[in-house]
Amino acid sequence: MPARRRGLRRLTGHVPQPLMIGAGILIFFIVLAVGAPVIAPYDPIYQDISARLAPPSLVHPFGTDNFGRDILSRVIWSTRIDLQIAFLGVIFPFIIGTAAGTIAGYFGGLTDTLFMRLIDIVLAFPFLVLMLAIIAILGPGLASFYIAMALVGWVSYARLVRAQILVLKQSDFAMAAKSLGFSHWRIMFRHLLPNALIGSIVFAMSDAVLVLLNGAAISYLGLGVQPPTAEWGIMVAEGQAFISIAWWIATFPGLAIVLLAFGFSLLADGLGEKLGVRP
Amino acid sequence: MSAPLLKVDGLTVETKTETGTHRIVDGVSFELQKGEILGLVGESGSGKTMACRALLRLLPSSRLSIPKGSVRLDGKEVMDLPEDQFRAIRGKRVGMIFQNPASHLDPVMRIGDQIAESVRFHHGGSKRAAEERTIELLQQVGIPDPKERSRAFPHEFSGGMRQRAMIALALACDPDILIADEPTTALDVTVQAQILRLLKELRDARGLSIIFITHDLGVVAQLCDSICVLYGGRVCEHGPKERLLAAPRHPYTAGLMGCQPAIGATGERLRTIPGYPPTVDAMPTGCRFHPRCGNEVAECSRRQPPLEAYEPDHVAACYNPVGETAALLAKESA
Amino acid sequence: MSEVTPLIETDDVVLHFPVSGGGALGLTRRAVKALNGVSLTVRPGETIGLVGESGSGKSTLGRALLGLETVTGGHIVFDGAAVTGGKRQELSKIRRETAMVFQDPLNALNPRLTAGEAIAEVLRVHKKVPKEKIADRVAELLQMVGLDPALSARRPQALSGGQCQRVGIARALAVEPKLIVADECVAALDVSIQGQIINLFLDLKEKMNLTLIFIAHDLAIVRRLCDRVAVMYLGRIVEEGPTEAVFSAPRHPYTAALIESIPEIDPTVSLPNAPMQGEPPSPLNLPPGCSFHPRCPYAEPQCSRDPPPTLRRRDDHGWACILDPGQLPPPQTATRLQNA
Repeated sequence: MPARRRGLRRLTGHVPQPLMIGAGILIFFIVLAVGAPVIAPYDPIYQDISARLAPPSLVHPFGTDNFGRDILSRVIWSTRIDLQIAFLGVIFPFIIGTAAGTIAGYFGGLTDTLFMRLIDIVLAFPFLVLMLAIIAILGPGLASFYIAMALVGWVSYARLVRAQILVLKQSDFAMAAKSLGFSHWRIMFRHLLPNALIGSIVFAMSDAVLVLLNGAAISYLGLGVQPPTAEWGIMVAEGQAFISIAWWIATFPGLAIVLLAFGFSLLADGLGEKLGVRP
Repeated sequence: MSAPLLKVDGLTVETKTETGTHRIVDGVSFELQKGEILGLVGESGSGKTMACRALLRLLPSSRLSIPKGSVRLDGKEVMDLPEDQFRAIRGKRVGMIFQNPASHLDPVMRIGDQIAESVRFHHGGSKRAAEERTIELLQQVGIPDPKERSRAFPHEFSGGMRQRAMIALALACDPDILIADEPTTALDVTVQAQILRLLKELRDARGLSIIFITHDLGVVAQLCDSICVLYGGRVCEHGPKERLLAAPRHPYTAGLMGCQPAIGATGERLRTIPGYPPTVDAMPTGCRFHPRCGNEVAECSRRQPPLEAYEPDHVAACYNPVGETAALLAKESA
Repeated sequence: MSEVTPLIETDDVVLHFPVSGGGALGLTRRAVKALNGVSLTVRPGETIGLVGESGSGKSTLGRALLGLETVTGGHIVFDGAAVTGGKRQELSKIRRETAMVFQDPLNALNPRLTAGEAIAEVLRVHKKVPKEKIADRVAELLQMVGLDPALSARRPQALSGGQCQRVGIARALAVEPKLIVADECVAALDVSIQGQIINLFLDLKEKMNLTLIFIAHDLAIVRRLCDRVAVMYLGRIVEEGPTEAVFSAPRHPYTAALIESIPEIDPTVSLPNAPMQGEPPSPLNLPPGCSFHPRCPYAEPQCSRDPPPTLRRRDDHGWACILDPGQLPPPQTATRLQNA
């Protein structure tokens, strides 16, 4: 086989189907988000009173809501916000939790005990209750949501990374690094962490699903994104009152949530299979 | 020579990987007589473990398959038996013990119960009878206080004891053949000596035939009657121990013997075989060993050499065997 | 015998690992008594083999010598610097002048780094060569261990066991150590490959006057590679001396039993008819007195009563037993090899 083709084959190699489909779905949504100004047929907050509560048709493929706003455009535009929620809502807990877990797992002893007790305290509170409490103090809005996620969501990552670090600490290459006089920080972040991250990354994909749903739930409760901004959660909330006469208002954003969550889930499975991690 | 107890012919095991289908075991043939201890010797990639697992149809993964090969037990073909009939062979006629007993004993079942379970599965009978047989077996394998120890869990046993327990388990149904897959590799050398002695005693007392898989020529020299050397999934040489060790024909066998650290003085360089054992997806064409062989001739890379008999019971697969010239000279001068 | 300053010296080193309690309520303090008073001297340029079975403590001793384990008692001194309870500069000196090679070649290398990166990192951290010269030095080190420098771009998964082990040795050599501790580093390799690594060590010994502590359970290899050998049992050195002396005329019953248990490739030399019974007891529960007495065919009543025998020395050959030299029959194998 010619060298170049062999190289590409090694790159794609055996790509599991879930990975391809999951990545495909994610890419689809990213394209929607980036291309919203071009793809969406209407302005998402433009109200066409004459076309209120219109069922799906050629003119409005997803119908309109009670303000006459085109659902399709709102779903498309809302992709930006929901992807942002999924991303930022995962990345902050990921960074904080990974750093905490690495330090706790590596140094052990008192440091580890302190972190573990802190984690226990956070876990003692029901997740949503804690989130709502923090958002209530900080005031509604996405910024508060991200801060609350960071303060509450880091614990899962910390525990996961800590467990991995504890195992890796025992490996020969960690002891080799110690015997070669490498500093603690070098061993932690250059040797142990890159090997521990694989499990966390796969977990993060699954976590994105939950974060998305959380964001939708928070917005549904009116504490996240504020109207008239389009966000799937709010749309579901707004459409709830009309579910019997205009099912399309809540259904299509709901389906979008499900589809993106499904995509993340497949991505997690596929990555796990590819990288050899059992989720 | 009487008919062999076990006759393996052309056994082949294939595996499906991303790069295609490869043969891990490629046409392996050997015979085992009653009461014989056969040493199956090879390094990594030789296929020795896979061949024996294929014998018992115990292949660990669905990617592995046995496209061809005949296995005759007492002259009767068993490879094409349906699973329910084959199960009567596993354990009852052929038993197996493994390298790491801890992973092959059920950690949550008492040792005695595991052995009794096997007895009752193959022979039926009452619980009491099975228990008595269990204690008898534990005694035969040299476990002190067998009645008490049969109530213990595997993790309460030491490494050597666990291996003895596993031997007892394998012998529970009085099999004719015991396949031992590197049973002493993970044990301390003093414990290894005990287990080797035990296996020899069992052979002497019961006429048990043993296939002993190992990479250690020293163990083979001590325990086995005959040796079968595997390389790259194929048989290189097979013959009686004394003859094979004194005058090996195949360059790999000779090379392997030369590598033994015991032969030589302190500070003297060890002999090695240049290169590395081949991996399953990069097997050399023709004779598997030719890239590392000092005796290589042109034909070696073209075709797999056939197994030639140098004596009725000593065969080797080589176009240019060791000591060929010397043997010819000896014959001429006789 | 000339008075050469030892490179590394241990004095009555004790290492007990506390484990969670035993007894009915789990409150009794228990410890894995890995090392129980080890005193060893290694001179520069020597190759000494540490042999023993499971529970002997040889690997633990290897790690303790390099300051990778904290000892519970005793002293270790490396080239004048205190390893035990040493200050930061002393520990730093040890890190700069010693290195370790491990048993499992794959596990000993960071799977995410290529061979070249792993070696280069050592050079960078220790500032061994200027930045521009790093690539050259990596190639040089790989060649020194018999590897094609082109392999520096490969990750451990793409290398064979023997190649990984050589990369591990090259990484150790990058430090330019005075002392290398090799912990069972050929046990995981095929027999036809083991020799390549042993020969490499023999070459390095000659070229670099390397001091090597070779931890192994394979006595035959130790006999080929090492000038001296120390036999360990349950955390104590039971015999120590020049390799040939220990192998041809062992003075401790355990050493004798160990030598006799090695299966010889010569089928006329058979294994003992009565191999030593039992197994090494757990380091959690050491037998009283001499730890070996429950298995010893020469045990006397005093062996279980008195404290464990200390190492006696005669002709540079030490042994920890009440028996005198000559009371132990020489092992079968010794005579055969002498005639070879």
